Amino acid sequence: MSVRNRWASTLAAAFAATVLGFSGAQAQTLRIGLAEDPDVLDPTLARTFVGRVVFAALCDKLFDIDEKLAIVPQLATAYEWSADNKALTLKLRPGVTFHDGEKLDAAAVKYSLERHKTMAGSNRRGELAPVTTVDVIDPLTVRLNLNAPFAPLLAQLADRAGMIVSPKAAQAEGDKFGARPVCAGPFRFVERVAQDRIVVERFPNYWDKASIHFDRVVYLPIVDSTVRLANLRAGQLDLIERLAASDVPQLKSDNRFRIAKITEIGYQGITINVGKSDLAQKNPLGKDPRVREAFELALDREGIVQVAMDGEADVGNQWVAPTNAYYAKNMPVPKRDVARAKALLQEAGVPNPTFTLMTPTTSDAQKIAQVVQAMAKEAGFDVKLQSTEFATSLDLADKGQFDAYVLAWSGRADPDGNIFSFDACKQPLNYAGYCKPDVDEILTKSRTTLDPAQRQKLFDQLAAVALKDRPVVYLFHRHWLWAHAAKLGGMRTVPDGLVRVQGLKFN
Amino acid sequence: MLTFLVRRIAIIVPTLVFVSMLIFGLQQLLPGDPAVILAGEDRDPNVVAYLHEKLHLDEPLPVRYLYWINGVLHGDLGESLRMQKPVLDLILEKLPVTLELACFAIVIALAIGIPAGIVSAVKRGTAWDYGANVVALWGLSTPNFWLGIMLILLFSVTLGWLPASGFVSPREDWRANVATLVMPAFVLGNAIAAVLMRHTRSAMLQVLSSDYVRTARAKGLPETRVVLRHALRNALIPVITLGALELGTLLSGAVLTEQVFSIPGFGKLIVDAVFNRDYAVVQGVVLFTATAYILLNLVADVLYVIVNPRIRFG
Repeated sequence: MSVRNRWASTLAAAFAATVLGFSGAQAQTLRIGLAEDPDVLDPTLARTFVGRVVFAALCDKLFDIDEKLAIVPQLATAYEWSADNKALTLKLRPGVTFHDGEKLDAAAVKYSLERHKTMAGSNRRGELAPVTTVDVIDPLTVRLNLNAPFAPLLAQLADRAGMIVSPKAAQAEGDKFGARPVCAGPFRFVERVAQDRIVVERFPNYWDKASIHFDRVVYLPIVDSTVRLANLRAGQLDLIERLAASDVPQLKSDNRFRIAKITEIGYQGITINVGKSDLAQKNPLGKDPRVREAFELALDREGIVQVAMDGEADVGNQWVAPTNAYYAKNMPVPKRDVARAKALLQEAGVPNPTFTLMTPTTSDAQKIAQVVQAMAKEAGFDVKLQSTEFATSLDLADKGQFDAYVLAWSGRADPDGNIFSFDACKQPLNYAGYCKPDVDEILTKSRTTLDPAQRQKLFDQLAAVALKDRPVVYLFHRHWLWAHAAKLGGMRTVPDGLVRVQGLKFN
Repeated sequence: MLTFLVRRIAIIVPTLVFVSMLIFGLQQLLPGDPAVILAGEDRDPNVVAYLHEKLHLDEPLPVRYLYWINGVLHGDLGESLRMQKPVLDLILEKLPVTLELACFAIVIALAIGIPAGIVSAVKRGTAWDYGANVVALWGLSTPNFWLGIMLILLFSVTLGWLPASGFVSPREDWRANVATLVMPAFVLGNAIAAVLMRHTRSAMLQVLSSDYVRTARAKGLPETRVVLRHALRNALIPVITLGALELGTLLSGAVLTEQVFSIPGFGKLIVDAVFNRDYAVVQGVVLFTATAYILLNLVADVLYVIVNPRIRFG
């Protein structure tokens, strides 16, 4: 080989190495289409579901939930309840650092939990209300002292209340922390352009870095589901959340994409004004439980799911789905029975009751209302529909200016989050105005009882009462629908609807 | 001139005060407690109470107005509670995006509307004329959101030529910037192009039948020269005025177009703020727009006077 040739081959090799090396290390970006623009990215102040999707990449929590809603370790590796169930001791994962290099230790956990409890405008205060004090036992052990046993606490710590922020950054930024959040998640914050994008980059010192296969994640809020899907199909997004049910058949036939789905932890239901205002007594639906029973019997849930949701939901009659461990099996989903519904209305002396069904202006809610109207008519009901902008409808519901209201709840991992605030007397989400001392007693017991078998019994008792009183007629549990490029692997479907970035990679 | 200016500015001040009261008052008519919406799904009573205090919601209306207007006078339009950013920063961040979109749209409208108007006037009664009219009618009667989605399906999903939505700043990458704006600007410009086409056509028809055009033809000037040099220049005057008036339509049209194409502009800012009951943003944006309109009107009046001495400083 001549000198010139040797030079040429060396250069070629160097070039190849550079190019290959470059392509090997080329930054991989995951682009996720969100259905809304998240609110402030401060775990203490955050209020929206969509914000939690972004937090899943930014801020690790003390615990997480898995596909079966079981509590699994994240920043805490183990927990132990005291004998009286009034103290919860947590063992923290060693060697975890925040994005700013600070150590995540017991003092940081204490700081974060106290921040959640005391910061002005905190949305976590209610979730952590039973926690009175937090003690640092050693650098990797903390103890949460409670004023009473509180079964939903672990589930709360598996959500935003369990997110631990860097005390140094939080102290420096104050209430502006959300503009540059510093946590201990797999990705750290880079930039946010309001209503346009949120960019995060891989955190090299993440405790579970082997599970992270992207250098960047870009979250793009695209409100219109058709446009969100078009972006996926045009190759501009790799993953979209909340795919419209009506788009499922079309996407299924395209082998460039995959659909992931799981039944939500929330529900879709019809809230009935049974005591929120005087209107409740003026309407046979609110006044007479037999009329409400007739209304429920007039409904064919399977039909509603097929027509309004294109089949992308599971029918249900309780605050948790029939597949949930806490579903009350003593109260199964009732079958449609128009004859019995008519008989009940005769018995109640109102063969043709009239009521107004208020519905937000979303297309799902409107479709549900129309199907319900048609079904109830067969039993003799005259249902009038009142379509109202969401914020206004909430206001009317809050003032009790409604007969019945189509309302969805995004759900919480612990069943308490789906029932307590709705059925306990004078709670903020009790739009129905339902208030019964025996129900309150069971609800309180279900919070202070930690043993799952005993809690199950309490929920069975609760179902036997509340599902007959029907402050809410539960209809179904939607499917969380994600669509992603076929090359994207490792997608986990967890019923809380969040996108967990751990394990996601391009195949 | 000075007296004129002073008098005009003296009118502006009470106008702005009235506008600010109107904005503030109208917003109070929006049903629903903003604190409840801002408190999110859980509606924690502590948070609702905190927001009531922070937004002075328990104070009487005039007091709340004074709190707000006092901030405005000190250059503080308030802070978006949802985004935790000063409203002024949000406006300054979003305004250039919408202005760029609007300029792009007006260029497209002019590029389509005027040539189409000329052609249909010159070739009056022919297939060209009918064709242009059909296209104009279609442009006027096609809803923005429908056309937007159809364009996305054709050019992004099927052909893969253009990004489906989003916005890239020209400072980051001007090619990508143009690519993101072509479709929304076309959707926005399309309806205006139709209006411009109809007006150019009728103005041209009028001018083409006038005496001086006949004289020009009689002199033996080539037809292109007659149409472009003699007729068009006069026909364009009302069309340009109309084009300027349509800028307002563009800004309101941008509200819908920005939603469809997920463009983080002014329109999207205000729509999201209304649905989220982010009062400070709604008030700030509307006041800013109203002030801009009033000031632009003042500038226009002054320019009229300077350009056309027949209009007296009155």
